[in-house]
Amino acid sequence: MTEMLSGGEMLIRALHEEGVEYIFGYPGGAALHIYDAIFKQQAIEHILVRHEQAATHMADGYARSTGRPGVVLVTSGPGATNAITGIATAYMDSIPMVVISGQVPHDVIGTDAFQETDMIGVSRPVVKHSYLVEEAARIPHIVKEAIYIATSGRPGPVVIDIPKDTTDPNELFEYDLPDTVELRSYKPAIKGHVGQVRKAVQALLDCKRPVIYVGGGVVQGNAAPELCSLAYKLNYPVTNTLMGLGAFPGGDRQFLGMLGMHGTYVANNAMHHADLILAVGSRFDDRVTNNPSKFCPDATIVHIDVDPASISKVITADIPIVGQCKPVLNQMLSKLDEELNGREIDSEPIDAWWEQIDSWRESFGLDHDMYKTESDSGKLLPQQVIQVVYQATDGKAFVTSDVGQHQMFAAQYYKFEQPRQWINSGGLGTMGFGLPSAMGVQFAHPHSTVVCITGEGSFMMNMQELSTCSQYSLPIKIVNLNNQALGMVKQWQDMQYGGRHSHSTYADSLPNFVDLINAFGHVGLRAETLRELDEAVSLAFSDKHKSDLVFIDALIDPDEHIYPMFVRGGAVNEMVLNKHD
Amino acid sequence: MRHLLSVLLENEAGALSRVIGLFAQRDFNIETLTAAPTEDETLSRLTLVTTGDDRTIEQITKHLNRLIEVVKVIDLTDNEHIERELMLVKVRAEADARTEVKRTCDIFRGQIVDVTVNTYTVQLIGPTDKLLAFIDAIGTSRILEVVRSGVSGISRGTKVLSV
Ligand SMILES: Cc1ncc(C[n+]2csc(CCOP(=O)(O)OP(=O)(O)O)c2C)c(N)n1
Ligand SMILES: [Mg+2]
Repeated sequence: MTEMLSGGEMLIRALHEEGVEYIFGYPGGAALHIYDAIFKQQAIEHILVRHEQAATHMADGYARSTGRPGVVLVTSGPGATNAITGIATAYMDSIPMVVISGQVPHDVIGTDAFQETDMIGVSRPVVKHSYLVEEAARIPHIVKEAIYIATSGRPGPVVIDIPKDTTDPNELFEYDLPDTVELRSYKPAIKGHVGQVRKAVQALLDCKRPVIYVGGGVVQGNAAPELCSLAYKLNYPVTNTLMGLGAFPGGDRQFLGMLGMHGTYVANNAMHHADLILAVGSRFDDRVTNNPSKFCPDATIVHIDVDPASISKVITADIPIVGQCKPVLNQMLSKLDEELNGREIDSEPIDAWWEQIDSWRESFGLDHDMYKTESDSGKLLPQQVIQVVYQATDGKAFVTSDVGQHQMFAAQYYKFEQPRQWINSGGLGTMGFGLPSAMGVQFAHPHSTVVCITGEGSFMMNMQELSTCSQYSLPIKIVNLNNQALGMVKQWQDMQYGGRHSHSTYADSLPNFVDLINAFGHVGLRAETLRELDEAVSLAFSDKHKSDLVFIDALIDPDEHIYPMFVRGGAVNEMVLNKHD
Repeated sequence: MRHLLSVLLENEAGALSRVIGLFAQRDFNIETLTAAPTEDETLSRLTLVTTGDDRTIEQITKHLNRLIEVVKVIDLTDNEHIERELMLVKVRAEADARTEVKRTCDIFRGQIVDVTVNTYTVQLIGPTDKLLAFIDAIGTSRILEVVRSGVSGISRGTKVLSV
């Protein structure tokens, strides 16, 4: 016998049956029927946030660290619009998310009713798809479809806008969740075209100066093991994008470091001089290509991506392969075995290429040992902070970050070994992402160490969530690279605006962060020297504070810049390497 | 280059706004757009006239295909095709000018579908350049109002666009 449920009950039931464990949300008028349905059940845990933007970032952190969709519930009007930044953040990085927004009842839609916003319209440019619920009975079907769309193909956020009348507790419907959904208009690619795969493998075997350029698609597509097999089998150098960090192990000899605007000297030079680039799940973002007309002049480009629209959008691919990274890489692995037929790969050309690469690596490599001694000035350096945290966490923590210099220092100096370990807003560059995304990660991995590396500017964009952290006892470790400035902005002003710091400093008005953290009931520590930092970090990660949120306010040299940095409009190997360059 | 794209779209509320939003959001051109349900009520057929180099057209097609409600997209300009547009033009046609307008109308195989003492309303069907040539021939000083439907297109021969 089918059960009779209200629209609100059907929504929660369907989400639960689709495997949802957490809803990150904030109530309000249009969502109250749904909240009542939540009250009456235990299957799904609702997490009460302090700001809807944070709810979306939590769901996002949950999704990035697990691969499962994050779910958000907000009310209409301001609740819905507050969620937009987080939806756009997830959209730009292709993160599976379902955002449920309450809406005013059908009979007043379009009348500028209290808290009415056209959520479908407002969110349209930043969602993969969206639904306005017309009939309550369709809710289970829509939930199923929304999750399918959010998680398949190139993942992304899906909005379900639910007018209040369709969740009325007094109107009951037969609950019917379909086993599968099929859309005639949506058939995401899975495997790659066999002929293209053959060409790609041939190109891989014929080249002399290859680079494998790995993006977030490999992380999101769970294709890291296949990627590593291919790279090891070929002994080819690998570089990861900001979004791809962890897809190939950061400590491996074959790893060149991150590429792009703040990428390593060796990664960007290898790219520039390559004769073959195998791009996997990466999208030739402008922070990677610099000037597209000067990009990798000699390279044949093989591009694997699940989204045909990403291929040849910026850089024309010579051998495009549309398909999911994992199955395509598997196809390539078997094709490679078939081609080699037991024979070894001729390593001679590659040996010469490795020699060249190693000399680049030695000439301007990142110094990963800065944590061992004080800096010349005696001031604490951001690089040291990241390295100390890396040592203290054995390189194994989940690390989330915000946006700015601290983010780039974290990307450069924390050597990520595993996919999904590094979580940051790459595409949209959303300040305020770090703390709430760390919370989402901690909910998904209650026994893991979760570190949020932030800057004081970014942190203050969502610090209200410290209260949520108390409510749910989240033992996140926050490391605040406090340079008393919007450092990244200030750096650009130093480099391009004659040092005119227009609205990028606020040293006199910053809060006492230790007091602030204490006020929320957490543990606050301060460090101004390497020695103080060592102490603070060991305390923060000690058993004593295993279940506490600890915030380390690391007062770093405010004048430190992040290098290397692309020369604007140049080729990728044109970089400023230090302040005197 | 001018391209004629044909799109099969789920006939659902909001689907068309996604198509139009896409063009605005990605700075693609739309010259004309027609949309109406097909013989199958669950589907709409759109014909879109746009301009761009090959790369842009490729991106437009790919991004259209990325929209969940888009079932199929073809570029009619890749192959032989027929395109038609309907135009209604209200022109000043006072006493001595009436025969002149009538004659031009006949040359273009237009039909006069409404008449007043001072005006003719002419209906004209054809490819866009023919409609524009008619406007030229009549002269803008005589024209009171122009309503164009936008272009509809279909492939020649047995080729069809269907699910
Ligand atoms: C929401 C938002 N507003 C503005 C920016 C532009 N922006 C990029 S980095 C940055 C400064 C960040 O300051 P902070 O968090 O202290 O990091 P720092 O660069 O000092 O390490 C700003 C303002 C942004 N990325 N996001
Ligand atoms: Mg700062």
